[in-house]
Parts: sequence; C-alpha cells; structure tokens
Amino acid sequence: MSHNRPMTMPSAVSKTLLEHADTNPGSPAVNFQAEAPPTDAPPIDAPRERPMTTIAATAVQPDVIPRADTKTATDSSRAFSSTLGDISCLNPRMQCRDVDVWYADKQAIKNISLDIGRNEVVSMIGPSGCGKSTFLRCLNRMNDSIPSARVSGSIKIDGQEILDKHVDVVPLRARVGMVFQKPNPFPKSIYENIAYGPRIHGLTNHRTELDELVETSLRKAGLWEEVKDRLDQPGTGLSGGQQQRLCIARTIAVSPEVILMDEPCSALDPIATAKVEELIDELRTNYSIAIVTHSMQQAARVSQRTAYFHLGDLIEVGTTEQIFNQPQHRLTEDYITGRFG
Amino acid sequence: MTLPLLLLLILVAMALAYQLVRKQAIKNVGGVSGIKQLHSLPAYYGYYAALWVGIPALLILLVWFGLHDRIITALMIEQMPASLTAEQSSGQVSLIINDIKNLATGNITSGRITEDIQATADHYARLRDIAQMTLWGLIMAATLAGMSLAWRRAKPEFRARNRVENTVLVVMVVFSSIAIITTLGIVLSVLFESILFFQEIPWTQFFFGTEWSPQIALRSDQVGASGAFGTIPLFTGTLLISAIAMLVAVPIGLLSAIYLSEYAAPAVRGIAKPVLEVLAGIPTVVYGFFAALTVAPYIRELGDSLGLHVASESALAAGLVMGIMIIPFVSSLSDDVINAVPQSMRDGSHALGATQSETIRRVIFPAALPGIVGGILLAVSRAIGETMIVVMAAGMAANLTANPLDSVTTVTVQIVTLLTGDQEFDSAKTLAAFALGLTLFVVTLILNIIALHIVRKYREQYE
Ligand SMILES: Nc1ncnc2c1ncn2[C@@H]1O[C@H](COP(=O)(O)OP(=O)(O)O)[C@@H](O)[C@H]1O
Ligand SMILES: [Mg+2]
Repeated sequence: MSHNRPMTMPSAVSKTLLEHADTNPGSPAVNFQAEAPPTDAPPIDAPRERPMTTIAATAVQPDVIPRADTKTATDSSRAFSSTLGDISCLNPRMQCRDVDVWYADKQAIKNISLDIGRNEVVSMIGPSGCGKSTFLRCLNRMNDSIPSARVSGSIKIDGQEILDKHVDVVPLRARVGMVFQKPNPFPKSIYENIAYGPRIHGLTNHRTELDELVETSLRKAGLWEEVKDRLDQPGTGLSGGQQQRLCIARTIAVSPEVILMDEPCSALDPIATAKVEELIDELRTNYSIAIVTHSMQQAARVSQRTAYFHLGDLIEVGTTEQIFNQPQHRLTEDYITGRFG
Repeated sequence: MTLPLLLLLILVAMALAYQLVRKQAIKNVGGVSGIKQLHSLPAYYGYYAALWVGIPALLILLVWFGLHDRIITALMIEQMPASLTAEQSSGQVSLIINDIKNLATGNITSGRITEDIQATADHYARLRDIAQMTLWGLIMAATLAGMSLAWRRAKPEFRARNRVENTVLVVMVVFSSIAIITTLGIVLSVLFESILFFQEIPWTQFFFGTEWSPQIALRSDQVGASGAFGTIPLFTGTLLISAIAMLVAVPIGLLSAIYLSEYAAPAVRGIAKPVLEVLAGIPTVVYGFFAALTVAPYIRELGDSLGLHVASESALAAGLVMGIMIIPFVSSLSDDVINAVPQSMRDGSHALGATQSETIRRVIFPAALPGIVGGILLAVSRAIGETMIVVMAAGMAANLTANPLDSVTTVTVQIVTLLTGDQEFDSAKTLAAFALGLTLFVVTLILNIIALHIVRKYREQYE
C-alpha cells in the first residue's frame, strides 16, 4: 500500500504545506519530524500555541503506525472511543470527552472526544447527517432548545464543565459564540445588530464605549469600511457575504473565546466565501474556532486540525495536512478522495 | 320544475360534448397514436366543447329568468281589455295584474273573477307556455350550435388549451367582480341615502353637534318634531367602549400569544389555542346577556361599596365583556405572526447569550410588530362594529362623557334603534342610520388602510 497515492488535494493545501520549509508530503516519517515551528512566526507577544499543539500531535502519531492495520479496522487500543489520530492538544480551550447526543431514541453522535485548542481553527468534515452540527451545537449548548435532544458526556471550557444542568448558558454563550449556515442578521440596523450582544451582557457603560465596541467589532470582521456610512440602515439590506460578516462581527462584539461556525459559507458566492475565509484566518490570532464545512478545500485553506465524522462517529482527527495527505482510515480516505459524501 | 330539468339538460349536454369532441379530436389525427400531432391534450378539446355548450346556454337561462316575467306581463297588459284598468289607481292596477297571474297559475285570487279577467288570465297562461317552449328551444339550439362549433374546431392545429385557459380566466374575473360590484353597490346605496339625509340636516350639525335625540314626530302636528342629530356623543361612546375593550384584549391577547408560541409545551399549546379560539365562536348575544346580567350588576355593586355612582348599564361592563370577546382576534393573529418570525432569529439571539425573554422583547416582538399592529387594528374595527353587547349592556342614553361608569351608547346601537319599528323611509330619522353607517364605514376603512400601510412599510424594512 503506497502512501504516494494520487492527491486530490487542492492547491491551497499545497500552499499551506509549503509554508513549512522542509515539508515532504511523500514521506510521512519525515513529515512528522518536520513539523517544526512554522516560519510565519507570530509577534513575540503572541503565545506560541499552535506549534505546541502540532508537536503534541506528533508525539502521539507513532502509535498509529503501522498503517496497514489501522487502515482497515478501528483501533481498540486507543484511549478515546474508536477515533484514529490524536483527539487532544497540548493547550486546549475546550475538551470534549465521550459526548453522546440522542434525539428522542435515535443516537445522533456517539462517544465523541475532541479538543479545541487555543488560537487554532478546527474543521469538521463528513457526509451530511453525520452529526457535525449536532456536535457543534453541544459546545454552546444550543441543543438545549431542542426538547427531544439529550446530551451526555463531558465538555469543559478552560477546565470548567459546561454540560452540567446548573451551568448558566448565558455566560457560556458569551464565551462560545456561534455563526450559522444562513446569515441571520436581526431585522434591525447594522449598529443595533452589533450592539445587541453587548447590551444584553451589559458590557458597556456609555454610548461612546458602545460606539467604539461596534466599530472595533466591525473592523475585526473586515466590514467597517463597507458599512461605516450606513450604520443606521437595516442589516438585512446588506449582501449575503456582508450579512455573514455582520453576524461574525455580532459574535465578536461579546468577546467570546471560541467561535463556532456551522457551514458559514454555504450560502455565499465564491468571492464572499474568500473574504470570510480570510477573516477566519485572521480571527485565529484571538479566538479558537470550530468550523463545520462541506467544502474540503475550505477545510484545507482555513484549518490547522481536521476532524472527520461519519454516521455519528468521529473517525479520525489530525492536522489538516495529515488528514488530507495521509488519511489513516479508509472512510476518511474515501471521503477526501471524493469516493462518497 | 323547469329550472332543475334545464340545468340537468345542460349538464348532460356538456358531458356529452366533452366525450364526443375529445373522441373526434383523437380521430382527426388517426387514433391514439397520433395524439402527439394535436396542439393540446385531447381532453382540452373536450373541455372546449363543454364550455361552448354550457356557457351560452347558461347565459340564455340567466337572461331569460331576468326578463321573461317582465316581457310576458307587458305583452299581457297590451292585450288587457281597457275596461279593466279604466279609472283605477296604479296600486289597484297592479293588484288586478297580480290576480290575473294568480288565476293563471292556479293560486288564490283576492277579487271577484270577471269574464275579462278570466280571458286575460288565459292569455297570460298561453304566453307563459310559449315563453317556456322558446326557452327550451333556445337552449337546445345553443347547445347544438356550441357542440358543432367545437366539433368543427377539433383539428390538430387548433389551440384548444389556450382557449380553455383563457375562458377559465374570464370566468374567474367575472366571479371576483361579483364580490367587488356587490360591495360597490352597498356603498353607493348607503352613499345616496346619506346624501338625502344631508339635504335635510346640515353636515355641521351631524359631525359637530353634541346632542343626539333623533325623535321625529309620528304626526306632523306633534310637538318637538325636529330632533337633534349631533353624533359626537355616539362617537365618544364608541371610542370609550372600544378603548376599554382594547385595554382588556391587547395585553391579555398579546401575552397569551407570546406564552403559547414561545413558552408553552406543544401539548399545552395544542389544547390552549383551540380553547382560546372558542371565545371567538360564542355568539355575541351570549356575551351580551353575560355583560348585562352578570358583569354590569357586579360592577355596580362594587362601585356602590366603594362609594361610586355606577349606572346600571355602564360603558365599563360593555367594554370589559367586549374586550374578552376580542381576545382571540388579538391572540390568534399575534400568535401567527410571532410564529412566522424565522427560527434563525431566535437561534441567533440565543447564541449571543440572550435569555428567552430578552429574545422575545428585543428580537421577536419588534420583528412581529407590524403583524401585531395589523391584528390589533383589525380587532379595533371589530370593536367599533360590535353591536349586540352594547345594546344589551351599555344602554341607549347618548351621554357625552368620558366616565366609564356612566351609561353611553354607540354608533351601531343607534343604527339599530333608528331602523327598528315602523319606519318612514324618507324621514330624517331613518336616513340618519345611513349617514351613521357611511361614517362608520369610512372610519373602519381608514383604520384598515393605516393597518395595511404599517404592515407594508415594516415588511419592506425587515426583508
Ligand atoms: N432537531 C432534531 N431532531 C431530531 N433529529 C435530528 C435533529 N437535528 C438533527 N437530527 C438528526 O441527527 C443526525 C445528525 O444531524 P446533523 O448534526 O444536523 O448532521 P450534519 O450537520 O453533519 O449534516 C441526522 O440524522 C439528523 O437527522
Ligand atoms: Mg449541519
């Protein structure tokens, strides 16, 4: 079995790989060693978290070799359910362990364990109905509003359990924001859309503070220049891509730590998509991001780690390069080479 | 007896035409295998034939029923011996004509039957028979002509589908015009009667007068025959009662709508919503005696114990009960618009950490507001137009007051009192009812226009 099978990898992945000077996709062993700190080093004051995460992944990686075995069967020796690859990371923001979700009697996701690191983008891919959205909605307990949904297991944010009944979802959702598939700006002005969250959480004392917060949020979402002259006009009057960035700005305005995105670009045209992807990449410096996407190119472009879901199982987790270059599970390989899904 | 038979004949002819022409169309292209050559499906040729058979025949029937009696009567009168109508008033002549008709159809007559009358009646019966025959003949001819026309047109290149679709369109336009024309007719007749009223009573008195006492003398020599037609007390009374009703209905209706759509479990909603809507199905007369016999005495006792003077028929009692009656209007319409706010709005708000009540107050309610305002204005129209409760519970006294404990009366109640009992149709008293009705209609129309305007304005903004 050759690891040098033809790649369906999009060019963006190659580009990502090339950023690491000595990456050699052809040789996995070398590749893992080569996961040295990336050359695009952040400023000194920013914590160097991403490389550490990658190193952690590297440390566990030898377990998975030899591949010939793991390709076919699930590996029962693994610590967390049947997932291949390393579900944990060294500096996690959120840690999910053995999360199950039932809708009435139907189990939607089974035993999912996954970490979401600081300042990284984790993408979740997999065929429709495999439970990606369901899992994402666990992270800020949006499933609470579905009467038939039951969630068990453990999800921690900064070591704090969130699945407990007594945990108040209001502060949790301020820490874990969410952007939806279809842009859903409120039927209010652009300004009011952004000011909504800060008002609810009482984040500002004066109008001037609020004005500033609205401006910085819009700037961070790369929307300020486009809307600064029409803040009082309805947010619903913007284009689809602008609306989605407005929703991102709205989420940013309450200074979350984690941003969840459920197929945020599936309703957008390619140019708007490119802008949102660019924005996601910038946001990584300040936030942890978990993104569900149907587009493998998008996962490759924006994320550092990728998790592959299948029929409610988390099949495989790894660095995005590894998942797209050397998937270890046949299902993952089939999916990314486009054999189904 | 003839009418059902004729209708049956027409129906049978239509069915026959459908079958025959459909078959003929297929035959014209050499059987089922050639159907592709037909411009339209064979059934359309059949429908086309059925329309050509049915519509002209029905039109003939309609015209005949509208005119035949008049024509026959006119012909009969022409032939009537002059001795019958000589030196008779027009009323007596029509009495004689009625007798003749009754005699001809075998009904009871009022007067003595003379030779002349008997002869005319025979003539009349003959005329009727001829008319009957003509009708049958005409309808047969029309169906046959229609059928043969469609038959000849059942050619492959004939665009039967387009013709049928266009005809259906015309039929629909005609039927919807009936509703519009009827409304227009009502408005115009009310308008003309009102103009007659304003020729007698100056409009300044009607709109700005503060005294309402439409008593007109039965005999012209009676004293105090003029009456006063100032409608301000009626409109303030209407306003007072409607305001009380809305004060009851809007908070209760709105809050129950919010509870039902946002908080209630599906099981609770499934029971509570229909139960609430039952309120709308209770006849208003039941509300009326509930108001008069239960609520009004209770309010009076309560007022007495507080040292207030309460009229036995108070605006408060009528308003409260009317408010309860209107609750389902407000709640049901609000519930619909609240449910129409997309779930994604709720998700977006919840995802930002908003609580249920914050989401409702800041996102859902503003988004649903236009619809809610529309619903409330509709409820106001209903309150203004409501009559029965007010007749029974608020009294007839046209007091100009803003005190809800007093007895007041409303526009609708006065329309009822003006038109009940023996009427003279050209007196100012009777005509005043039309003027009131017209004013009420205009007010309600304006309310509805405002409601529509608000809804449209916000819809543009929110989509
Ligand atoms: N509200 C719900 N009630 C019942 N079943 C649901 C609900 N939402 C999702 N499911 C089911 O759970 C499974 C996972 O759905 P979802 O998480 O939306 O998948 P994905 O986002 O990966 O397409 C699907 O089989 C779906 O039918
Ligand atoms: Mg989904």
